[in-house]
Amino acid sequence: MDSVLRIIIQRLGLGALTLLVVSIVIFIAVNLLPGDFAQAILGQGATPEAIESIRRDLGLDQPYLSRYFNWLAGTLQGDLGTSFAQANFASFTGSQELTTVAAQIAPRFENTMFLAGVTAAIAVPVSLTLGILAALYRNSVFDRATNIFTLSSISSPEFFLAYILILFLAVLNPLLPSLSNIFEGMSLSERFIKTLLPALTLTLVVTAHMMRMTRAAIINLLASPYIEMARLKGLSPMRVIVVHALPNALAPIINVIALNLAYLITGVVVVEVVFVYPGIGQLFVDSVKIRDIPVVQACCLIFAGAYILLNLLADILSILSNPRLRHPK
Amino acid sequence: MNIPNAPLVEIKDLWIEGRADETWMPIINGASTSLNKGEVLGLIGESGAGKSTLGLAAMGFTRDGVRISKGEVTFDGIDLINASADTKRHLLGKRIAYVAQSAAASFNPAHRLIDQHVEGPVQHGVSTRVDSVKDGIELYRRLRLPNPDEIGFRYPHQVSGGQLQRAMTAMAMSCRPDLIIFDEPTTALDVTTQIEVLASIRDIVEQFDTAAIYITHDLAVVAQMADKIKVLLKGDEVEEADTRTMLSSPKEEYTKSLWAVRSFQRPAKPSVPAGSVPVIRVKNVTAAYGKIPVLHDISFDIHAGRTVAVVGESGSGKSTAARCITGLLPPIDGAVEFDGEPLPRDYRQRDKMQLRQAQMIYQMADTALNPRKSIGEIIGRPVEFYMGLKGAQRRERVRELLNEIELEPDQFIDRLPSELSGGQKQRVGIARALAAEPKFIICDEVTSALDQLVAEGILKLLARLQDTLGLSYMFITHDLATVRAISDEVVVMKDGKVVEQGEKAEMFRPPHHPYTDLLLSSVPEMDPDWLTNLLAERGVENIGDAAVGKM
Repeated sequence: MDSVLRIIIQRLGLGALTLLVVSIVIFIAVNLLPGDFAQAILGQGATPEAIESIRRDLGLDQPYLSRYFNWLAGTLQGDLGTSFAQANFASFTGSQELTTVAAQIAPRFENTMFLAGVTAAIAVPVSLTLGILAALYRNSVFDRATNIFTLSSISSPEFFLAYILILFLAVLNPLLPSLSNIFEGMSLSERFIKTLLPALTLTLVVTAHMMRMTRAAIINLLASPYIEMARLKGLSPMRVIVVHALPNALAPIINVIALNLAYLITGVVVVEVVFVYPGIGQLFVDSVKIRDIPVVQACCLIFAGAYILLNLLADILSILSNPRLRHPK
Repeated sequence: MNIPNAPLVEIKDLWIEGRADETWMPIINGASTSLNKGEVLGLIGESGAGKSTLGLAAMGFTRDGVRISKGEVTFDGIDLINASADTKRHLLGKRIAYVAQSAAASFNPAHRLIDQHVEGPVQHGVSTRVDSVKDGIELYRRLRLPNPDEIGFRYPHQVSGGQLQRAMTAMAMSCRPDLIIFDEPTTALDVTTQIEVLASIRDIVEQFDTAAIYITHDLAVVAQMADKIKVLLKGDEVEEADTRTMLSSPKEEYTKSLWAVRSFQRPAKPSVPAGSVPVIRVKNVTAAYGKIPVLHDISFDIHAGRTVAVVGESGSGKSTAARCITGLLPPIDGAVEFDGEPLPRDYRQRDKMQLRQAQMIYQMADTALNPRKSIGEIIGRPVEFYMGLKGAQRRERVRELLNEIELEPDQFIDRLPSELSGGQKQRVGIARALAAEPKFIICDEVTSALDQLVAEGILKLLARLQDTLGLSYMFITHDLATVRAISDEVVVMKDGKVVEQGEKAEMFRPPHHPYTDLLLSSVPEMDPDWLTNLLAERGVENIGDAAVGKM
């Protein structure tokens, strides 16, 4: 167990380093984009004086290095800063109340996590079950049908899947609401119903990957001597797969699940737009559009953090799924 | 369905095919046999003879890509070939059990031994989990496993190979089957471990009057275990007879040649003149992997034109000694001298001439040859690296080497390793070592992965090369028959120490060091009464690992 603890600490350290690198890359990338916040917000009415004054207000006239290190110093103290848009708005209205990036992101992030959670709760069990059944009835009609279905759903664009589901589940058979306008103070069940359509769309997107990995990882083991032994003990095919193959196939499956969960947190902007779901993805894209660097930075840190933590979790679970490491000699 | 006096298993004119390269190739061509309750049939033959396939077919089971094309297999009146998968499933594990070659690979690494043990009885409804656990512990006790009350609650990787093999025999016994198939159950074990497993398998098969099919390529082992023996060659039946008849008067030429393999022996060489400088001198070498010490102050000499066999069980430090000589593992203390000159400890500090002089041939020719390089390239690389030959000269030298190892150059020079048989691959390994024109070659278990006839060919080749080129060999092995065949001197190792060393003739003559004695006495002999006599003479507590533990 000591070794597991050491791995966790080591990986968290490396994760922090990754976050730092990510923040540098994002800062450079956003600044390399043509135009800046002042130009984006003023649009047609941009006069050199107006641009200059907004830049001065937001500190955009400072050199890159000092801007980055100011931001970094703030972030390390837990202050993600203020969004340019909010700061600009505040200075326009003269109000002193600034909405910080953290306060802006928090409810969105919560929504994103809720959507990811609902999707995972549906997609993970479904893909595992389908994968196990496909391995059990490999090369049968069931196996092929499952493969064709999941592959076609992963190959179609997400918005297309979303509109198909809206057509069948909201328009032709009005079972679910087609708009997922979540707001604070909603009851959990209502929230769940509203989230269901985007969650189903995302399930269709992530199932193929997980299901096929489950199937492949299990089939990969079927030639091993201990599986032959289990068969020669006269066990039922289902038992051979679930009790003897699956526990040894967990590591690759866990890793694929983690990657897909990370995708659910970071990559679902298209689905959010279709269902008008107030997640973090939309906020991120909007902020990039107006070069709102503090928000972009914060979102990127969250995305990178999600990948790092989920991968760490996957590694730890893979280690724990190996009896050699759980029970050393 | 119990007809009195009817055989338990009957195989009639069985043909089995395997799928390879889009066609069905024959594996077994018309085998027939029958087995009564309590009887043990030994199946022997080289690898690829179809022993395992036939053994599995007796369970009504074929591996993927293998099919029974015609013939009959009946078990206690049930037609196993036409039986439904369900019917067979209810027999497997319950009335017919299987013990695999590698217990380490055949136990599921994810579950405790006892959980795997009770699975059969519980799933087949033979007994409850609680009873079955109790019975399992009792079986572990009967098979003389250490800590029978506790050992089952460990995971497979926490238990040694010999113990796993016995635990697997216990698992096969869990439903008290009528028939057990033993598929090379002791091949992967050391001699001292093997003898214990053999004794316990024989004991338990007798106690429960179980019929068994015992598959092996080791004649001496089958002589101890079987009531009758069937010899297979490339899927064809050679002959079948009861054990004593088969051993005393084999009919077929092939069987006789199998019996004769162990007779290869080299004439004794004159002893080393006093004061001569050895080719390799290992002087008080101590070595460790990280902080774990593996070699403790070992010393031995290897003289020109002679073979020193280093014997001992797995883990005794034989291969580590070889790694110290080659400089792959720099020793902590002591020195390795070549022709009286000390060699740098680390191979990185040795020059090309020093590196050239010590070459290695490996146990697994499969993994020691780059699968993507042709034979010509594999042998040509050291020719170019050490001898500086290029182009046509290099090719010429490779052809010479191929001739030397008795492979036709035109036929083999452009082939890939995967297009060669095991014995041919090992010959290429030898040619690669010869390409450096060394004085000294380390042979690390070079014959243990090969069939006996092929192994004999390799030993003869090595002997001839030694005579013509004046090579010195360090021959690492755990097979004492090989030692007897090829060595001039013997070094016995145990736990990283040299326990005894001397000329071969002395080593095989008493008095021995107790460990050498134990090793020698553990090598199965062709006499079918050997194990019985040995057990009577020494008692079960004084053979194998139990005796090692007492030392």
